[in-house]
Amino acid sequence: MLRLNRGTKIGLAIVTLVVLVFMYVPMFVIIMNSFNSGKVPGWPIPGFSLEWWEKTIVNPAMHAALLNSVIVALVATAFALVLGTLAAFALQRFKFFGQHVVNLLIVLPITLPGIVTGVALSNTFFQVLKPMGIQVGYWGMIIAHATFCVVMVFNNVIARLRRMNPNLEEASADLGAGIGQTFRLITFPQFRPAFVAGGLLAFALSFDEIVVTIFTAPVGVETLPLWIMNQMARPNEVNQVNVVATIMILLSLIPVYFSQKASAAAVSK
Amino acid sequence: MSTSTVRSRKPRPISTALYRHPKGRLAALLSLPMVWLVGVYIFSLVMMLVTAFWTTDPFTSRVKPGFTLENFTQLATVSAYSMTALRTLLIAIAVTLICALFSVPLAVFMTQVAGPKLRAVLAVLITLPLWAGYLVKIIGMRLVWTEEGFFNWFLQPLGISGPGLGVLTVTFTLVYLWFPYMAIPVYAAVAQIPENLYDASSDLGARGLRTIRTVVTPLLLPSLIAGSIFTFSLSLGDYIAAMYVGGSTQMIGSIIAQNINLNPPLAAAFSFVPIVLIVIYLSAVRRTGALNNL
Repeated sequence: MLRLNRGTKIGLAIVTLVVLVFMYVPMFVIIMNSFNSGKVPGWPIPGFSLEWWEKTIVNPAMHAALLNSVIVALVATAFALVLGTLAAFALQRFKFFGQHVVNLLIVLPITLPGIVTGVALSNTFFQVLKPMGIQVGYWGMIIAHATFCVVMVFNNVIARLRRMNPNLEEASADLGAGIGQTFRLITFPQFRPAFVAGGLLAFALSFDEIVVTIFTAPVGVETLPLWIMNQMARPNEVNQVNVVATIMILLSLIPVYFSQKASAAAVSK
Repeated sequence: MSTSTVRSRKPRPISTALYRHPKGRLAALLSLPMVWLVGVYIFSLVMMLVTAFWTTDPFTSRVKPGFTLENFTQLATVSAYSMTALRTLLIAIAVTLICALFSVPLAVFMTQVAGPKLRAVLAVLITLPLWAGYLVKIIGMRLVWTEEGFFNWFLQPLGISGPGLGVLTVTFTLVYLWFPYMAIPVYAAVAQIPENLYDASSDLGARGLRTIRTVVTPLLLPSLIAGSIFTFSLSLGDYIAAMYVGGSTQMIGSIIAQNINLNPPLAAAFSFVPIVLIVIYLSAVRRTGALNNL
């Protein structure tokens, strides 16, 4: 037990309070502004109105953007799950020359600035592949997103693999199971929580991503962040953005609830 | 008897072959990710970086292949560019330090002072903004810190007015964006410190703050470094935050974005700056093993 005197405890509590206020006042202001009766968001708000909620919920451009975001995120996550799991197994089970370079390569897409990744990929899609006759179009976004989502899956899965017992797989092989069977019945159930956690993180990352999407999205296609950004440039409709932002804040409670349950379950194991 | 099961075992040619050839297993696992990462990503990066040695014809605005170091000399000599690079680097370092500075007391409070229920609530509260969305947070910060924003309204009775939109607000916004990436690993690390270390420390005569400083913080170094990877590299490359809350503040990303259509070779040359900085940082950090704790 760390014994702290009263003054230190109060000091720590103040720091915690400052952090919480700093983090939640902006979200509170956004939520309030989604009910803003005026056109320009600000503080304090002149009056309450549900006008923006009505406009935003029926907005077809917003629906299209939302659908694009979900599709891109789902497919990119699927790719990232496969690639990340393969890489995690390779790096955890084998020692080989250059394994640190491979690790760096996996981490690189998320640490390099989004604009660098976005420009590099858009160069390849539009200056190299297009003249060759290959139109990536929609898939360009998906490929770009999958590339930086791999690291999320990789980190989670490899952390779990390091704690896994290899004897179970050997026992399974001794009993006559092939590699596919062992993976399906023994290995996968064991790292499934990390697999799901990595997939969730990858999905959230892809859904939220804007910079790389700016450069790789085909003309006329918007994901939700792109829609938000374009909408903010229209001064009379800006508060619609606050409505979408409020919905996103509320929706974010869902994955947090699940991840809390998952980590509580892990602790109690 | 059990001998019949051994005789009737199914032949599994693929599994047997892979079992006998570990290199084959490795190749099977690694080929797809490598083709993807190297063939798509590294290839694109290299292609773009090659254009940094090209030039743009000032009259026709067309890109001319060739080899010249002119873009790089421009980076070093034009003061706007080098000041921007320096400013971005300092912002990234400041963001990392501020995040670390607030993560440690927060983690100590959560693990040592708060009761179990409060701790669970705080853990949720710290993680929630991570899911709320990047643009959502930037918009929120803009509404709070702008001239007619929440901060000025709140402190108006005291006569204090806030910084408005500028470098300080950009720093605050970046701290807001990346704080959970630092706070969560630090909290996890503090939660894992064995209780008897605190007892030993107080047995030796150290009081609370001294224990935090000399016992807890060194144990947090790996997670602080792991968190700093995110806060440093994500801040270094960001330009959207500067766009919305920075007023006229320029960061490395802003310059790249401005030049990308008119002078792509210059933008590509400028991209070298964050790439080099980040690769240096990652290589230095790799030795501490923090890359494994991401």
